[in-house]
Amino acid sequence: MYDIVNYEEAGTVQEAIRLLQANPRARLIAGGSDLLVKIYKGKITDAELVSLRGIIALKDISIEGDGTVRIGACATFSRIAGHPLIRKHVPVLAEAVSRVGGPQIRNIGTIGGNICNGVTSSDSAPTLFALNALLRLEGAGGTRVAPIQDFYLGPGKVDLRQAEVLTEILLTKENYQGFGGHYIKFAMREAMDIASLSCAAVCKIVGQNVIADFRLALGVAAPTPMRCLRAEEIARGRVFSEELLLETGRTAVTEVNPRTSWRATREYRLQLVEELSKRAFKQAFVKAGGVLL
Amino acid sequence: MITKKINCTVNGRQVSIEVDIRASLLDVLRDSLHLTGVKKGCAVGECGACTVLINGEPYDSCIYLAVWADGQVINTIEGECKEGRLSKVQQAFVDEGAVQCGFCTPGLIMSTTAMLQSGKKFTREEIKAELSGHMCRCTGYQNIIKAAQKALED
Repeated sequence: MYDIVNYEEAGTVQEAIRLLQANPRARLIAGGSDLLVKIYKGKITDAELVSLRGIIALKDISIEGDGTVRIGACATFSRIAGHPLIRKHVPVLAEAVSRVGGPQIRNIGTIGGNICNGVTSSDSAPTLFALNALLRLEGAGGTRVAPIQDFYLGPGKVDLRQAEVLTEILLTKENYQGFGGHYIKFAMREAMDIASLSCAAVCKIVGQNVIADFRLALGVAAPTPMRCLRAEEIARGRVFSEELLLETGRTAVTEVNPRTSWRATREYRLQLVEELSKRAFKQAFVKAGGVLL
Repeated sequence: MITKKINCTVNGRQVSIEVDIRASLLDVLRDSLHLTGVKKGCAVGECGACTVLINGEPYDSCIYLAVWADGQVINTIEGECKEGRLSKVQQAFVDEGAVQCGFCTPGLIMSTTAMLQSGKKFTREEIKAELSGHMCRCTGYQNIIKAAQKALED
């Protein structure tokens, strides 16, 4: 039995906010693949839960007239990976969330939970960072929209305020249209593992292999997922070449701060940052229509 | 103790039951409904031994609260053998010697059954990916994949 002392189901986001206001100890639960394990392991005791599972609107994936792709926070990884809108407009996100756990976990785990648990190894975060995703957060005082980069405050810590619910992840058209993207999860096993390091690259090309835009995001390279802004800056406006790849990888290493854990040492992770940044950039370039000479 | 009444379909039968809010679906299937073919392995969603189908899709029942089962259609290994005849997937596991200690087998059969019921075609690599949420500590994977291939061929 899980150490749960209270469990309530919200039918709407407003109701969830009310339940959170009424009980400051209450926590939101969506898929539970992270939270229930924490309760099982005793990291959370006397859990008081407000479930978002009954809010149908939070599972929605849709596109607005202006091309903004909206992903409900309670959309599961399976649903995102298989959704025609995601496969058409942001296939790199479908690839990334397909690397979470295994099929059973992807059937229950949600993208909102993957963001709100605040871990640096989140499989969705690097890609969402690279796509400049926006988060819609609804609370008692109203709604705010925040860039995902600003949402991560530290390991396991996000800027989810009292009685606030993450309702949607927004991907605006200018941040995905024309981009090729690639995600690499480096782990000991092909499935049911957590990344030792992860890397998402998106890139846009003009003319003859000129990098019009490039974004590089990493997981497990620092206490939170992060962007490598200097490496991005170096690549923008340049013609793609092996030399540029080397320079991008070398620069990315100077921006990160990985730790040593039982999964990998800091030194190993630094080497992975350099190598995976190059590989992801190269694949993103090819997917963006670039021609390797 | 806080309980909640749920109504669901388990192996084709309507079930109406009071469940503890602290219980996992695994707890209720094993301890209340006595469906002990659903195995408790790691209890944290890593080994796949407790896999059941919910609305036709595989889930780890250990990390699925029993209260969530309200209104759902659940299938466990107990529902696969009909009138003494093994299902196509079960027979394939027997034929290919894909069962050693047997602890992972119910879960693997349910995931393979979900693949069969989807009507899709799967390559060997896709079969491996679909079954990647299951651990077999006898390391009988080769025969398990052969069994899945056999069950999924026409």
